[in-house]
Amino acid sequence: MKAVRIVSGTAIPLNRTDVDTDQIIPSDWLKRVERTGFEKGLFSEWRDDRDFVLNQEQYSGASILIGGLNFGTGSSREHAVWAIQQYGFDAVISPRFADIFRNNCTKNGLVPVAVTEDINAQLMEAVQTDPTLEITIDVERLTVEAPAIGLETTFPLDSAVRERFLEGLDDIGLTLRYASDIDTYESDRKPWMPAQA
Amino acid sequence: MSEPRTLSQKIWDRHVVAAGIGGDPDLLYIDLHLVHEVTSPQAFDGLRLNGRSVRRPDLTIATEDHNTPTVNQDQPIKDEISAKQIETLRVNTEQFGIVNYPMGHENNGIVHVMGPEQGLTQPGMTIVCGDSHTATHGAFGSIAFGIGTSEVEHVLATQTLPQVKPGTMAITVKGELNPGVTPKDVILYAIGVIGTGGGIGKIIEYRGDVFENMSMEGRMTVCNMSIEGGAKAGLIAPDETTFAYMQGRPQAPTDADWDAAVTDWKTLVTDEGAVFDEEVVIDAADIKPQVSWGTNPAQVMPIDGMIPGPDDFDDPNLANTASRALEYMDFEAGTPIKDVAVDTVFIGSCTNSRIEDLRAAAAVAKGRSVADGVRTLVVPGSGKVRAQAEAEGLDQIFRDAGFDWREPGCSMCLAMNPDKLQPGERCASTSNRNFEGRQGRGGRTHLVSPEVAVATAIAGHFAAPSDLN
Ligand code: SF4
Repeated sequence: MKAVRIVSGTAIPLNRTDVDTDQIIPSDWLKRVERTGFEKGLFSEWRDDRDFVLNQEQYSGASILIGGLNFGTGSSREHAVWAIQQYGFDAVISPRFADIFRNNCTKNGLVPVAVTEDINAQLMEAVQTDPTLEITIDVERLTVEAPAIGLETTFPLDSAVRERFLEGLDDIGLTLRYASDIDTYESDRKPWMPAQA
Repeated sequence: MSEPRTLSQKIWDRHVVAAGIGGDPDLLYIDLHLVHEVTSPQAFDGLRLNGRSVRRPDLTIATEDHNTPTVNQDQPIKDEISAKQIETLRVNTEQFGIVNYPMGHENNGIVHVMGPEQGLTQPGMTIVCGDSHTATHGAFGSIAFGIGTSEVEHVLATQTLPQVKPGTMAITVKGELNPGVTPKDVILYAIGVIGTGGGIGKIIEYRGDVFENMSMEGRMTVCNMSIEGGAKAGLIAPDETTFAYMQGRPQAPTDADWDAAVTDWKTLVTDEGAVFDEEVVIDAADIKPQVSWGTNPAQVMPIDGMIPGPDDFDDPNLANTASRALEYMDFEAGTPIKDVAVDTVFIGSCTNSRIEDLRAAAAVAKGRSVADGVRTLVVPGSGKVRAQAEAEGLDQIFRDAGFDWREPGCSMCLAMNPDKLQPGERCASTSNRNFEGRQGRGGRTHLVSPEVAVATAIAGHFAAPSDLN
């Protein structure tokens, strides 16, 4: 994973609640065995609509996606995170993320920024009014700032996850430091648990 | 005396390899890892790129289910990309020494049907799979949850996962169910109560008489849909029903191991006095057969009701979501759902494709016929379920009634294979997700029990078995 300290830029307001991962990347796209090329599938069922926010020119070049409540519910497909990233987003803001989606974000360096419903509504509205609004997300200080509207707030991230973002660390490499603990744990496996010959 | 703990806390504590490593998450040991063709190719690739191996191929098992066709499984898959994905799984499992049940094999099936059926799913275990409905296995009193592809790679390489300890939630359903109310109705109703985000960050324990009296297959249907309420996992304490179901399954313990296991499993209950972070109590008498009317699984209503409108919701978020859903579903508020005709009926998926589901469905279908113009699919959850159903003559009952009897797989649950809805088509489905386009682009999905699905196929519009003459 590449290191992420600051995400700074404009945002796209996706003003819908319960955006599930089937919407983010429909199942037709899941047949691929590669890890790249998913940007075309992002919200593909909505992109035929010329008015859909991703198609609105004033929002092109945005690096932050602002979603509604319960973002990323549903299927565990990590392809949803890959699609959002490969389209050009480095962070997603929402008042509440689904667990698996949030986990998947943290494995790929896509910053999940959980803010209060009030702040989310404020940002959504501000970006709808002014698509050029600059937003800065600081992973070191865990802050979100939009100076033009006088907004400054914080967001939560476990210290371990924050560390991995900042250092761009490989999760598996970190866990392998505990190899001997894993060995010890395994020596106690209950004899009746299933194992394949 | 130690603090009283909930069932999920007990199982969690048993699996902590290292507590709070580098901050908050615990390093959790994974007892069983289930793998399928869709969420694994990039994970195996990652291993190869980094020169890593699979730590415990013996605790890993694969099946092909998500994109496999449900006809002519003895012939090569026509869709080239699907064929490549299946081929990739076969190469990967072969190279890393993992058992795979390929399409057509008698043990092949939907991953969450195959595991319990083989006796792989046992109380007290931690089980993961790159599929969000892994909570199904919680029916046996295990912690089972869905993971993404990076996590699949992590488990393959280390047999562990760094995980933040989830919160606890109890959903207690008290009393006795009304006649005609099924486990599917219970879980749809419960999700309607807690909402799609109600369980986020928590493991739900289902408690109370209704679950104690429920069969294992019913419990699997319930736990399966925990994710639709946002929960990390869902589980039910193991009991005599659990043990009876497991005994004699191919991978279940035998002899002295069985006795030792049962003794241990009996300790897997929530202690007296343990406190849940959140408790929801539901009166069984309030639950009627359910139908989803919208585009998320919390948008449910009783089958004898009328489609709600945005004004029926006080919460502006819910009202907003409702108007979008009504538009997508092409509905007018106030219409009785029983007046709504369907184009397709799908009976299948890891929620409702086990033998009991098929028996219940066949009992309604017997001696009746599918309404003109309604397309139907009955897709058994596994090769074993299919064989059992055929041995009992259920396939013949379905065929005689005009249902299309298929080969096992996920099928129209997620429309990755040729079983899809056309834009605008309406489907009564026993699966678990009614998201926009879930069963095919522009398709409209209504979640129901197998009994309601069959009654609907016969009536041509939404109906309960009691509506049929
Ligand atoms: S049947 Fe549907 S929900 Fe179940 S494993 Fe298959 S795709 Fe996932």
